[in-house]
Amino acid sequence: EEPHGAAPVDFLQELPSYQSARRRRGGTQDRRPALLGTAGSRGTAARALLQDRDERTDRPAREHPKCMAEKRIIRNSQQADTEHLSKWQKWRRTSSKSLKKALSEIKGLSSYLVLWRHDIHNIEGKFGTGIQSYFSFLRFLVLLNFIIFILMFSFVTLPTIISKYGVFNSTVAYISPKNIEDICTIYEPSGNKGLVYFYTYLKDLLSGTGFLEVTYLFYGYYSIDAVWISMMRYNLPLAYLLATFAYLALSFLWIIKRSVEGFRHNLVHDADPFQSYCNKVFAGWDFCITDPNAARLKYRSLQYELQTDLQEEKLKQKIAERTMKEKICIYSLRIFINIIVIAILSGCFYSIYRVTVFSQENSSNADNANSPVNLLVQYLPSIVITLANFTGPLIFSFLIRFEEYTPAFEIKLTLLRCVFVRLANIGVLLFSLWSQISNCGSDKCKPCGYNYKLYPCWESDVGQEMYKLMIFDFIVILAVALFVDFPRKLLVTHCSCKLIQWFGHKEFEISDNVLEIIYGQTICWIGTFFSPLLPAIATIKYFIIFYVKKIVLIHTRKPAARPIRASSSNFFFLVVLLIGLLLAFVPLGVSIAYIPSSKACGLFRNFNTSWEVIPDTILQFPTGLQQFFFGIASEAFAVPFFVILCIVMFYVIALARAHKRVVEQLREQLVLESRDKMFLIRKIAEAQR
Amino acid sequence: GAMGGSASLIPRDLLSEYQELTFLSKQEILLAYKRFSELLPKEERENAFSARVPKSQILTLPELRANPFQHRICHVFSTSETRDDSMSFEDFLDMLSVFSDSATSDVKSHYAFRIFDFDDDGTLDRKDLEQLVNCLTGQGEESRLTSAEMEQLIQNILEESDIDKDGTINLSEFQHVVSRSPDFASSFKIVL
Repeated sequence: EEPHGAAPVDFLQELPSYQSARRRRGGTQDRRPALLGTAGSRGTAARALLQDRDERTDRPAREHPKCMAEKRIIRNSQQADTEHLSKWQKWRRTSSKSLKKALSEIKGLSSYLVLWRHDIHNIEGKFGTGIQSYFSFLRFLVLLNFIIFILMFSFVTLPTIISKYGVFNSTVAYISPKNIEDICTIYEPSGNKGLVYFYTYLKDLLSGTGFLEVTYLFYGYYSIDAVWISMMRYNLPLAYLLATFAYLALSFLWIIKRSVEGFRHNLVHDADPFQSYCNKVFAGWDFCITDPNAARLKYRSLQYELQTDLQEEKLKQKIAERTMKEKICIYSLRIFINIIVIAILSGCFYSIYRVTVFSQENSSNADNANSPVNLLVQYLPSIVITLANFTGPLIFSFLIRFEEYTPAFEIKLTLLRCVFVRLANIGVLLFSLWSQISNCGSDKCKPCGYNYKLYPCWESDVGQEMYKLMIFDFIVILAVALFVDFPRKLLVTHCSCKLIQWFGHKEFEISDNVLEIIYGQTICWIGTFFSPLLPAIATIKYFIIFYVKKIVLIHTRKPAARPIRASSSNFFFLVVLLIGLLLAFVPLGVSIAYIPSSKACGLFRNFNTSWEVIPDTILQFPTGLQQFFFGIASEAFAVPFFVILCIVMFYVIALARAHKRVVEQLREQLVLESRDKMFLIRKIAEAQR
Repeated sequence: GAMGGSASLIPRDLLSEYQELTFLSKQEILLAYKRFSELLPKEERENAFSARVPKSQILTLPELRANPFQHRICHVFSTSETRDDSMSFEDFLDMLSVFSDSATSDVKSHYAFRIFDFDDDGTLDRKDLEQLVNCLTGQGEESRLTSAEMEQLIQNILEESDIDKDGTINLSEFQHVVSRSPDFASSFKIVL
């Protein structure tokens, strides 16, 4: 390997590739004396520009990396070029230009409509892009929930309200259920008739029972089967189900669109793009930081990050040199710790199950329905879940130190475990609810298919549980901000006791906060089917949380000295949100398609399950369309479709592998060419002497 | 309010020309004009288009004040004939255009390369990378990496980005490695 510095610089500067790079930088920036009569003054630079005609004409002037004067010259020459084009092409050019101008005007105006633009800009300037991405994510969720609310409201609640008040000559149709025993249709929500204490209203607000149960908030109140709006029949059950599918599909597509937008990862190269040194160095500095304090913090965090990564590399070398005995020791330790983790998780799940069962059984006891103890019992599942969500991550971050992974992998694994705990807790709660609803021991559900005594309207009950979870989550976030963060700040700034100083300021951990709001959003997705107005509550909740978190951030916490680059990226948030959405599909799927819908309330009284609305509607279509739909759902279509999908997937994988090989070959070739170039230049220099 | 006042100070055809030649929207150009004229002394505000703001004034902008690359940015975007890194209004617009949200990644990476090229020789060699890392970690003595760490870091960077293995990173290699960097577009951004 010849040393690189041996090649003379003059020859290198005469190479065509170097010359074109220097021309592109702009002739005015030239500091060296010109060689071979190339660029030096503005005039020759302009001539050189005109010589690059080919690379110019396809790009608009503003995409050229040059100063304004040179861009003007390019644009004028582009316009001069169009003089000798046909009329049609001229018209096309001008119309596309005016279209682009109109679009940019609209974009400029709509930027004023963006929510919280100024606040997020300030946060970005003070704290950098990592924390700003959290607040942008909050804004996205506010918008998403608002759109979901509009969807459900306009297709479900609005027709109901219209028909109830007879607007537009609308009437309501009730279809009495056939073939159903009368005992299944008994449902009497208390609705707080008569004189009640004020305290009852508060309790009902917090637990969704009483007067809230007979409002549009819960599924049980929608008992209409069809709405006639001046000769048109609006099938409300079908609309309810389709609106549910629509909001799930909308969330799914919107999240995917957002994650693709900001992520242009080249899948050919194996290395993790977030961990690459080039990413940390070239894209390391947030140019939007305006606050010198934030800049100082950023310096420290970059220094820490680079040093940690370099140490980690050395650690990897050490790991590769582990002896067999050490490996066995570490692997068995890891298995042991994973067993502990699983045991802890099972303990959590079991306690949630038992608490839910206890709460369901004891809260419907009418004796002490108005005592505070009853409220506590009703909130017991939420309390236990919140405790599990709080202690789980603490335990995991304590245990993972013993597993001796590299720091980057440690962070990823802890995050994964925390995500799993939070989302699985909701699943366990729902599972325990269902086991209660379908508790068919001793013939409790013979007539109706579900436990009709305890749950005459089980959808409303599930809706109430989701409502309670959401309210409690909100209360906890507010309480932590008020009663933990502010006092902590006051203590740390005013009390110089050593113990308290060691505690220090709380750092703004992005990943914890993000998991918190993703947990809330998953509850909202699951709960909207059972409680159509829940997204409105979620919108208001996230709206308030934005301001709470902003105030907390500005006044009490300092940004984390060691930000986790991968987890502060938008892509990570969206991936976890997507996991939450996919997990929300499961309970909804089971509720819609598997559990018999309640016969005493709601829109699906006349159907076995909620899903049955759709086959029912299809049966009313003309025969041709019916056969089409049944054909799609049959095996004769599904199996060939699946086979074709597999073939396409294998083809695409083979194509990707071939591309990867070509890229590697081209890289090797480039290295060889560069070496050849250096060798030849040295030979020429020797020959010249 | 103030926006309407400065709208009358930029002639309309000039405004649409700037919109065509930069990635900025009309509001952004007007805001840039307002901020630029605030940097000028009162007498010169009338002909802001031909005035040049000295580097020391530009560096008082909050967007550049805390930036470790402030001197390089002024140097790269200045078209001053006297090489004193002073900026005219059009230089200022150029700078904001490159750092705006809608600039193409091609333009951004091109200018990032020029900003990081501390010795202006058209390639990022070891000295450039060393200065770049020192800018990132802060100027104090205790905030620099040790020479062993620096050596290891530069070795890693060159390994990842130097495709033709000549010990330096040229423009196309830089653009290639930056196009795969997920954080570049969001961090290389200045909005007034």
